Amino acid sequence: MTFFLQLVITGFALGMVYALIAIGFVIILKCSEAFNIAQGHFVMIGGYLGYTFLVTFKLPIWASLVGAIVVAIIIGLLIERLALRPLVGQPVLAVVMMTIALSTVLDGVVTLVWGGEYKTYHGVLPTINLQLGELSIPSETTIAMIVSVVAVAALMLLFRYTKMGLAMRATADDEQVVQSVGIRVTSVYALSWVIAVVLGVVGGILLGGVSGVKTEMAQIGIKAFAVVLLGGVNSIGGAIVAGIILGVLENIAAGYLDPLLPGGGLANVFPFIVMIVVLIFRPYGLFGLERIERI
Amino acid sequence: MSLPCGIFAQNYAQDMGALRTKTQWLVLLVFLVFLAACPLFFSDRVLTIMTIIGITIVSVQGLNILTGYCGQISIGHAGFMAVGAYTSAILTAKLGVPFWVALPCAALAAGVVGLIFGLPSLKIKGFYLIMATIAAQFIIVWLIIQLRGITGGPDGLSVPRPEIGSFVFKSKTSYFYLVMIIACLATFLAQNIVRTRAGRAFVAIRDNDLAAEVMGINLFAYKLLAFFIGCVYAGVAGSLLVHYFAFACLDQFPFMNSVWYLGMLIVGGMGSIPGAIFGAVSLKLLDELVTIVGPVLSAVVAAQAAASLALISRGVVIMLFLIFEPRGLAHRWDMIKGYYRLWPFSH
Repeated sequence: MTFFLQLVITGFALGMVYALIAIGFVIILKCSEAFNIAQGHFVMIGGYLGYTFLVTFKLPIWASLVGAIVVAIIIGLLIERLALRPLVGQPVLAVVMMTIALSTVLDGVVTLVWGGEYKTYHGVLPTINLQLGELSIPSETTIAMIVSVVAVAALMLLFRYTKMGLAMRATADDEQVVQSVGIRVTSVYALSWVIAVVLGVVGGILLGGVSGVKTEMAQIGIKAFAVVLLGGVNSIGGAIVAGIILGVLENIAAGYLDPLLPGGGLANVFPFIVMIVVLIFRPYGLFGLERIERI
Repeated sequence: MSLPCGIFAQNYAQDMGALRTKTQWLVLLVFLVFLAACPLFFSDRVLTIMTIIGITIVSVQGLNILTGYCGQISIGHAGFMAVGAYTSAILTAKLGVPFWVALPCAALAAGVVGLIFGLPSLKIKGFYLIMATIAAQFIIVWLIIQLRGITGGPDGLSVPRPEIGSFVFKSKTSYFYLVMIIACLATFLAQNIVRTRAGRAFVAIRDNDLAAEVMGINLFAYKLLAFFIGCVYAGVAGSLLVHYFAFACLDQFPFMNSVWYLGMLIVGGMGSIPGAIFGAVSLKLLDELVTIVGPVLSAVVAAQAAASLALISRGVVIMLFLIFEPRGLAHRWDMIKGYYRLWPFSH
């Protein structure tokens, strides 16, 4: 039983990381209909930025966060202006290939600047270790959970109560009508990219403080798409719920089935199996709008 | 497509003809003779590069039919190549089947696996299909690791070189000829597949699937057919690849290769037979350039510069093509031909 609960809790941690990536993805998709494959890379860059500011420059935590957020805003604006804006109105494949190419370039930049090595800054950030009886709740879970919940709450407030949020929701619905009432669609797109990059970077710093940064962090990004599809591509809340479901299921499946399989490694492929199943039986996910064209 | 002055199509067969003028026949012949003469004046290193490019062309032609003509985007092509590669490897290495039997079997196996993963394409398209094919790539690789009893798993599998009678394709030159003949056949076949009824159906599905269905095209059958043909090409390419290296391992079929095959299509031009060749040649040559420039940069700038240059150069090339020439090199090539024919007039 303890084994099972421990699996559930570590699965929870993984699920929250998935959710963090999935939320950033959903924000961009909601506003600009662009599928962003590079979201996992934003998290990775966040981790490396955290290392640079906290360890190399020895800045205090708040200054590091502010610095990283400033860098994130610049990255977001640059990406939107240089890479994505020329592709407005282009087919899905062009946008997807653009974000894949972007992720490669980000990989290359990380390799050039930080050598793509494993870096840690353990103990610099506060860690929260909870102990429930025999079970220990790892710090990643708590931190990722706090970030995700705060992010979702902030985003819900943004979407519901601010003028910009309203503009973003309207843009998602119909960009031509939005333009006709005088909203600058390009600034809405830019804002959505900035929010997604900032979210990824902040999440990356906090996660990096717990488990270190490595380039594999970006690979989680691809697995996180299973979460996006399961939760429904345009549901922010769905991303969290689906993240938890998938993280826990993946861990339980790997924990119990891996010893039975000769090659193991079920955790690496489990999200993709879920992905196929979701795509075949419920392409709009658990909480998504049923808007997928069926043919 | 612009034709030289004075060439008119008088019937449908002429209009569909791939080669319309004597010059085109001549250029094709000269090119084929040049290919055949390559081993005479190129070193083994150049032949190796050309062989790999030839194998890539086979694979990209398959992806071109599936993605460029039928519009079903697949980022799992390297996975389908792996299916063909391992089928061929197991048949020849473990069961002693000759290469010439194993190659069609590999093609068929990859095609059937492609059919299975093509099934979701009936319900989903666009981004969702991309996700399904990415999932295919990872699931296939995982299954190959699981079946380590027969596939060798992470350790790989030694594969014999193909042979006819007592002649073994052991030298670089002989394998170069084998690959080039198959690449030319594959291109010839692709050019003809897209001109058949099925090829026209593919284009109709790509351009507007609802309209295609209303016209009486069976979406189910033709989408699956496109997946089958595309993956058959991948299977042949995978088989050629492992027999060339005389070794099959999963490192030959990483996820990023699937992405680069699509990148080659974008750089070359989607839905164009010469485009697939342009794309494969130019991106592979870019890689070669990086392997030459990389070490120099590493020595001057930093040790990791070579690795990052490889990543950044490919990413940036694809980005630039998406922004400035989304129709690829093939379109640019057509325009150059147009300028040449019309010069000095502008129309």
